[in-house]
Amino acid sequence: MFNKVLVANRGAVAARVLRALNAMKIPAVAVYSEADAGAPYLEMASETYAIGPAPARESYLNQELIVDVLRKSKADGLHPGYGFLSENSAFAQKVIDAGSHFIGPSPKWIDAMGHKTRARDIAAQYGMPMSEGSAVLPDDNDAILAAARKIGFPVLVKPAGGGGGIGMLPAKDESELLGAVERSRSMASRGFGTAEVYLEKLIERPRHVEFQILGDTHGSAMHLFERDCSTQRRNQKVIEEAPGPLIPRDKAVAVADQIAGIMRSMGYDNIGTVEMLLGADGTFSFLEMNTRLQVEHGVTEEVTGVDLVRAQIRSAAGEKLADILPGKPEIKGHAIQARVYAEDPKNFFPSPGKLTVFRPPQGEGIRVDTGYAEGRDVTPHYDPMIAKVIVRGATREAAIDQLITALEAFEIQGLKNNIPAVINILRSEPFRAGRVHTGIISEVTGRKA
Amino acid sequence: MARIEVKSEITGTVWQLKAKPGDKVEAGDILIVIESMKMEIPVITEDGGTVKEILVKEKDPVAEGQVVAILEE
Repeated sequence: MFNKVLVANRGAVAARVLRALNAMKIPAVAVYSEADAGAPYLEMASETYAIGPAPARESYLNQELIVDVLRKSKADGLHPGYGFLSENSAFAQKVIDAGSHFIGPSPKWIDAMGHKTRARDIAAQYGMPMSEGSAVLPDDNDAILAAARKIGFPVLVKPAGGGGGIGMLPAKDESELLGAVERSRSMASRGFGTAEVYLEKLIERPRHVEFQILGDTHGSAMHLFERDCSTQRRNQKVIEEAPGPLIPRDKAVAVADQIAGIMRSMGYDNIGTVEMLLGADGTFSFLEMNTRLQVEHGVTEEVTGVDLVRAQIRSAAGEKLADILPGKPEIKGHAIQARVYAEDPKNFFPSPGKLTVFRPPQGEGIRVDTGYAEGRDVTPHYDPMIAKVIVRGATREAAIDQLITALEAFEIQGLKNNIPAVINILRSEPFRAGRVHTGIISEVTGRKA
Repeated sequence: MARIEVKSEITGTVWQLKAKPGDKVEAGDILIVIESMKMEIPVITEDGGTVKEILVKEKDPVAEGQVVAILEE
């Protein structure tokens, strides 16, 4: 096991990893930018280092500074959390080159899954369920039409080098196709420096269902079931739950087993999440893989009783999966998480400010993960998420009611936040019925999300 | 000639300037892009006119309600 671990992150995830390290009695090193000096979670670290000014580029994304702290502190493990440098393969390699361990998968997996089309190619090669798609489109209108007809309309035009939903355009029939290809190419070349686009079968009103993976460095990999994260705005998740509603258990487990088998064949060696789209016809298709701990890992922890962060750290230290998690995990009850964002609930604009009042709900079955405390400033420099409220109930209905009660009890003053908007969604008929899809916020609020 | 003040709706940092003095702009045009909490939020003019002044430069911090550009109708 590690002698000392550096947590190269901030906020809720830094707090979460520090909590795991304390429980494992591993001395912890924390870093902080000027904006995070005095943050409450820093008290859980045995050593802390200032790493520069508030802008992330000059602190949490500054690889040299962080590797420098790694050397100074003599930490033999580094936990990247999520965001910042967690999916940067060059950084992971620098950590390894400095003689330490990167608590995540091997850099080759971070690298392979970081490129959209390459990830798709690798996943397809191992038999991952995949929507039909084309190769990069040629400059020949007849060939483009033929490619679309082969897939079948509606299709989605996607930039090959892209991400974040930029330049993705649907074409419902032939009359829309060439115009969509032209606009997507133009957006792709401006946004990603390459005009390469390709076609995928368009999945209408899809659900975002993802599978939690845990692998070890001895060739073993397993799943910890699925999470539904369909409730999103601006391509960012707002509500996440486990298990996924209205998915027959045998179907969910069969897909999870299949994905875990693929991860074993690939040799995937740490924590990861395979994101899939679930179509209305019940078919799953590969979206992407995240090679890190996920923001919503807590809902899986609550229904399985497995501490994913501790398991991830033990796997990175070279322990076998069979020792880390003996026996097959099972799902007990239903867990839901709401992400509390400092934002205007009407237009989703960020709303930084001082938390003059910040009193998270407490009680049986309620878990709040946060890096903030009353009196702290929420600055414009980082992600707007200020807390995750996670509840577990015996049933989905009970969990929804508990989450509404918990959110109503959450006292926040000093900035705008999305709690009223989340409560509206939780109370809405489509959400309660489990009829979730990635456009549910627009459906419920009537506003573009 | 009417003088129009264009304000930032959010607190953040100037990411990109999309307009410069002398530019003719229409209602709905993006003048400046502000980065806040990992999001890019455009400053959009509600009126058409000519850009008289851009009061910020890239990387400048801006506050909610701060006047960032002046237009002339």
